[in-house]
Amino acid sequence: MSHLLEVKGLEASYGNINVLHGLDFNLEDGGVTTILGANGAGKTTTLRAISGMVSRKGDIRLMDKQLVTLGTADITRQGIAHVPEGRGTFVRMSTEDNLKLGAYSRRDKAEITQDIEKVFSYFPILKQRRTQQAGTLSGGEAQMLAVGRALMLRPRLLLLDEPSFGLAPLIVQELFAILKRINVEEGVSMLLVEQNASLALELADHAYLLETGNIVISGTSDSILENESVRRSYLGY
Amino acid sequence: MTTDVETRVDPRLISGAKIPFKWVGLFIILGAIIPFVVEGYTAFQATLIMIYAIAILGLNLLTGFNGQFSLGHSAFYAVGAYTAAILVYHLDFPVYVTIPLGGVVCFVAGFLFGLPALRLEGLYLALATFALAVAVPQILKSSHLEGLTGGVQGLDVFRPPVPEGLPLTMDQWWYLIAFGVLLIMLWLAWNLVNSRSGRAMMAIRDNPIAAGSMGINTSLYKSLTFGVSAFYTGIAGAMAAIVIEFVAPDSFTFQLSILLFIGLVVGGTGSIWGAIFGGFFILMVPNVAEEISTGLSYAVFGVILILVIYVMPTGFAGLVKMLGVRIKKMF
Amino acid sequence: MDLFLQQVLTGLANGAIYACLALAVVMIYQAIDHFNFAQGEMAMFSTYICWSMIAAGVPYWLAFFLTIGISFLGGVAIERIIFKPIHKAPILSHIVVFIGLLAIFNSLAGAIWDHTIKTFPSPFPGGSFHGLIGMHEVGMFFVTLILLLAIFCFFRFTRIGMAMQAAAANPESARLVGIRVGWMLALGWGLAAGIGAVAGMMIAPIVFLDPNMMLGILLYGFAAAVVGGISSPAGAVAGGFLVGIIENLAGTYIPSIGSELKLTVALILIVTVLLFKPNGLFGKTIVTRV
Repeated sequence: MSHLLEVKGLEASYGNINVLHGLDFNLEDGGVTTILGANGAGKTTTLRAISGMVSRKGDIRLMDKQLVTLGTADITRQGIAHVPEGRGTFVRMSTEDNLKLGAYSRRDKAEITQDIEKVFSYFPILKQRRTQQAGTLSGGEAQMLAVGRALMLRPRLLLLDEPSFGLAPLIVQELFAILKRINVEEGVSMLLVEQNASLALELADHAYLLETGNIVISGTSDSILENESVRRSYLGY
Repeated sequence: MTTDVETRVDPRLISGAKIPFKWVGLFIILGAIIPFVVEGYTAFQATLIMIYAIAILGLNLLTGFNGQFSLGHSAFYAVGAYTAAILVYHLDFPVYVTIPLGGVVCFVAGFLFGLPALRLEGLYLALATFALAVAVPQILKSSHLEGLTGGVQGLDVFRPPVPEGLPLTMDQWWYLIAFGVLLIMLWLAWNLVNSRSGRAMMAIRDNPIAAGSMGINTSLYKSLTFGVSAFYTGIAGAMAAIVIEFVAPDSFTFQLSILLFIGLVVGGTGSIWGAIFGGFFILMVPNVAEEISTGLSYAVFGVILILVIYVMPTGFAGLVKMLGVRIKKMF
Repeated sequence: MDLFLQQVLTGLANGAIYACLALAVVMIYQAIDHFNFAQGEMAMFSTYICWSMIAAGVPYWLAFFLTIGISFLGGVAIERIIFKPIHKAPILSHIVVFIGLLAIFNSLAGAIWDHTIKTFPSPFPGGSFHGLIGMHEVGMFFVTLILLLAIFCFFRFTRIGMAMQAAAANPESARLVGIRVGWMLALGWGLAAGIGAVAGMMIAPIVFLDPNMMLGILLYGFAAAVVGGISSPAGAVAGGFLVGIIENLAGTYIPSIGSELKLTVALILIVTVLLFKPNGLFGKTIVTRV
């Protein structure tokens, strides 16, 4: 059985600085995998490498389709939706327009309208804010909008870069509960980069631990939670 | 739209740079020799290059280091030039005094312009400065001020003879004066940029909101920077008036602002010594273009500009830095 | 009162010129998030191409639309060939390239079509409207409005229009929704070139065709766009008319000004406006979070 996402020997660099030193990891269809690690470990870079936003080498296959030679827009059109660090919303445009843009690469108008309603059902607060400029949304709302926009792509795989960043704990809980629902109800696979390890391990079934550009531990969330040294270093207990 | 001025500021500036004495010494020696080994006209051209360099340095302080975009520096150049011309023509001021005076008048003008301009960013500031650049020659031409400015005809500026006893030609003497002034202005700029004030200026360029919340009085700094920038350009203008011995409104049009801007970018935004290359470029390249093809000289100039950006997108200073890094790597 | 009305109408007529150019300025700004200095020269060059076609016997409207098409393709080509390699360069460097383009177009036009002033035909009937304003000016006014409507609909109601704005506002996020940002830029350039061509062909009958015809006007078109608010096409057009009217009234009613300082005064007034409304009269205030 082939994996949804297969990554082999992934290297990435910013200018002359090599940040990832040959990563190997996989993602199963319908699963949620998380990449954990300290600041600077290369987690964000990994997602950006998959999306073609940094200079990279190696093998990245989405259902056997090679992605490493493609540009970002083309990778997106293959079915990978990336929710970037910092949300990346179009601040001057309305909430609804942001969602419409999420469906840019699709042609099926009627279904796009349906999907917007679906996003609103997951994130009711966005419906209230539908005509407001995205730049006026609070941090939590903007994060929801970013996820909603990604969903408009009807992606096979959702890349999430530190969705909890800068958000109040209650909002984060709410967000992660919704993410779980999306994974189960829509069958969207997720690759989640998080600093908040306990939250991430609750949501994910698999985890990889990244340390300065190398994967040092991998396994199911349960096994990671049971791993004492990981618990001490990353979960604090 | 923010100005988004991306510059390559030397990281040594942040850690507390030292003047690279070797290079500066070499520069001073070579510079001082030049007027004695070249023809008079070439020395004159070199003098103009240095004058432009000072003006460009002024623009650099404002745009490169403080992030305020200006299309209006031809106006300050004109004010400096006319200050010198008027003082000499009508009031018989000694020529040498008019140079700093031109600078001071411009400082005040720049500061006063900077005050209301504070509220404007990017494109809107560009427009306001553009308005200034267009307004000044028109005002200079106007019949109301003709008595003072000489109107469309302009004014002649009388250059006194070289001081008694010095075995120098007029061109050599003024070259050396310009060289001296250039060195002073370079040194002042270097000190400013490396001081607390300089860091405040750059902080305002990079993130004005954060700068403000750190306690930097952004309004005051922005206006002062305008003033200082105008000061530099005014000094350059005053010297130009004297060295060319003539001022007229059509020498100070918006095209001059564009030329200064080109000099800034080609020399290297955010680089102090790059201004010298910038001055060289804007004096020499139009001549070269003329020689390549008289009919299409403007087009040739345009092509050269585009090629230059391709080859050195961060200006000459950026190119040199990059080459320097590459060469160091080889060892 | 009659004089006032006439001056206002003349101002509107001049303003239509500025408004038309302001639209091209806004277009390119919406596409690439900054201002193209070479806009005017490209428009002038397009107008010359049209002139050549008409001189060769091509009927006016055919030449008109062909010119728009050629200009569109030219704009796309310039973006892909000249600007693509320097996408990563700082904005100030881009501006120098714009200036370079300006110089090239200006000089080429003079070399190809020489510097003698040429007349350019107007598609509108001759004569004037009740003796107050020329028919061509009236026609130009309506063409500008139609263009404005078209642009408004493009940005508001089409998928591509929205994508173009997104690409200019946040290229990285745009790619993440599948927008090919490079081609959006090229499209923006093409459209701006097309609009510029229309502006040039509308203006030429009034100011006559010569390589330097646009230099002065462009800058006022730019001023008009900024006064109106660079993010608003309607605002830019309104700005254009405003600049035209103010310029004319100032010249007529403030005796010491006369024609030489007319435009200067207009500019100063503009700047004063900006002091009170830094985003232009109709521009949206943009919320910035640190």
